[in-house]
Amino acid sequence: MTMTLGKVVGTIVTHSRNDGMDGSRYLLIARTDQYGFKREDYIVALDTLGVGYDEMVMVTEGSPARETPDTINKPCDALIVGIIDRIDEMGTIVYRK
Amino acid sequence: MLKVHVAPCLSVNINLHTMILARVVGTVVSTHKTAKIEGIRFLLLEKIDPVSMQGKNDFVVSMDSIGAGIGEIVFYVSGSSARFTETTEGKPADSTIIAIVDKIEKDGIHTYIKNH
Repeated sequence: MTMTLGKVVGTIVTHSRNDGMDGSRYLLIARTDQYGFKREDYIVALDTLGVGYDEMVMVTEGSPARETPDTINKPCDALIVGIIDRIDEMGTIVYRK
Repeated sequence: MLKVHVAPCLSVNINLHTMILARVVGTVVSTHKTAKIEGIRFLLLEKIDPVSMQGKNDFVVSMDSIGAGIGEIVFYVSGSSARFTETTEGKPADSTIIAIVDKIEKDGIHTYIKNH
């Protein structure tokens, strides 16, 4: 399990849910490389930060996703933990919001 | 001249423990099972592509904590998170459906709207 980079490409609307986290929403995330190029590989992640469309985010997957006050002891497997402002690779900025 | 052969990278399923969209395609019935999981419904899910909504020919058996029906689009949690619903708490669960999807929107276009 790693922290992955992804971009918000859409939302998932659910009315019947059994996760105990009614205040938060689910977003459709496309995995990206460090330059922000999207891959055809999608995951659903819980959003507690209020991320906007096309923003690049960090997603924590697996049991570490439960290690926040909002998700502790909840059935959460993928959580958006941060919005990316900038990525540099070998001293060169490769992504900027 | 020494030639070093590098094996091609194996395709690894990196979506192993992540919430993934799937379609309920069937039920799994088991009469002889461990006592702790008696009374729990098992569904057969096929993972789908959220853009084309087509099945990926990749199937999982998942515990149903919400009452999902055949044909519905759901997503499930797997691994240790599967034990954190009321239905599966303290049970040997490894995959649990946690939500039934009503709408999927990608790039401003609805790729799926549930028919009620």
